[in-house]
Amino acid sequence: MSRIVGVIDTKVANTASIFAGLRRAGLEPVPVGSASEMAAQEAIVLPGVGAFAAGMAALERMFLVEPLRDWIAADRPFLSVCLGMQLLFESSEESPGVEGLGIVPGAVTRFPTGVVIPHFGWNQISSDSEFFPSGDVYFANSFRATDPPEGFEVATCNHGGEFLAGIRKGRVAAVQFHPEISGDAGAKILSRWAQW
Amino acid sequence: MVTKRIIPCLDCRDGRVVKGVNFQGLKDAGSPVELSLRYQDEGADEIVILDVGATVEGRQNQLDTIRAVRVDLAIPLTVGGGVRELRDIEALLDAGADKVSINTAGVDRPELIREATEAFGAQCTVVAIDTKWTGDRWSVLTRAGRDVRDIDTLQWCEEVARLGAGEILLTSFDRDGTKEGYDLKLLRAASGAVQIPIIASGGAKTADDLYDAFKAGANAALAASIFHYDNLHISDIKAHLAGKGIRVRQ
Repeated sequence: MSRIVGVIDTKVANTASIFAGLRRAGLEPVPVGSASEMAAQEAIVLPGVGAFAAGMAALERMFLVEPLRDWIAADRPFLSVCLGMQLLFESSEESPGVEGLGIVPGAVTRFPTGVVIPHFGWNQISSDSEFFPSGDVYFANSFRATDPPEGFEVATCNHGGEFLAGIRKGRVAAVQFHPEISGDAGAKILSRWAQW
Repeated sequence: MVTKRIIPCLDCRDGRVVKGVNFQGLKDAGSPVELSLRYQDEGADEIVILDVGATVEGRQNQLDTIRAVRVDLAIPLTVGGGVRELRDIEALLDAGADKVSINTAGVDRPELIREATEAFGAQCTVVAIDTKWTGDRWSVLTRAGRDVRDIDTLQWCEEVARLGAGEILLTSFDRDGTKEGYDLKLLRAASGAVQIPIIASGGAKTADDLYDAFKAGANAALAASIFHYDNLHISDIKAHLAGKGIRVRQ
């Protein structure tokens, strides 16, 4: 029997693509649009949306900011993708003055000038952790975090300098790349996460 | 370092893949589901599906096609053709697209590009530009090459970047389907004009054509006929490119 996973339905992400990726990993995704729907889930995925401010606004509209903080603090199974990872930080240069979920200290910043922005395409990640796959995964981002948070396993990537491709602590994981469209490497990480 | 991408393009009409020369004389090339999965297995970095019919029935077919392709496609999927408003983008994302490409409607009303990037993000918004050399500059074409617009292609590239587009799919009408190689002058000029990624399109015949496009500044190379009809395998092209020092996803 496949395990059910709640996907926070921001309406503006590639949600159908994420659903397809989770199904290929043997999971049964269902949309989640409120705190009560979230509370009924065993595991939660927070997909990427457009801009940092829009992402936080969507979570506030669904009254999910505090429930998400509590969920992660309780080490319940959680995976956030792309902008979803950035929302875990305190703030972002993309949307000055907007407060993130603040689960991870630090700010998200823009890639430096001199490299192609957005950082679009397949790039190699590396990690000491077995949770993260090695090899090329698909990114689509103009902003990123760079400081490894204490107590987390991390994966890193390089685009005009090293940045965080993924972080994980306990059953909480976040990836800057898109595992749902990262071929075999992406499928591996989804399957590993699905063993929460 | 980001790899250079190889992107097979499936021009679709009434649920089938078709391909012509200079956007004309379309012939059948197979099923979009079978072809996209075959290209994924061969190492494609991304798939582009363009609806070249752009009729009302065609639109419904296209959504069905996207849903069917998405089930087993684990690489990025860009969809375009006839995208006119935000709800078209929403419908395509809802069917399983990761990115949506805007062409004629963006030329007619550039604000659509800004609205799309604000609603769905730059990572989702591709602007497709069809262009031909008109004697003293490259001019923008719309409606699948039927209209020559009084717009300089390089200036339009700068404008769409300013409006927030994530990348530009740049098709040379002069080279489309001709197998004379990509328009390298155009690629050099466009990649010099903007910081966002450029996808080269139109004219590929050999692996070296892709190599030349990357050397001219393209971040990705799109092709159709060489994959549909010529049995040129993406894995072989990648091996060739890697041998010449281009980093590709293996």
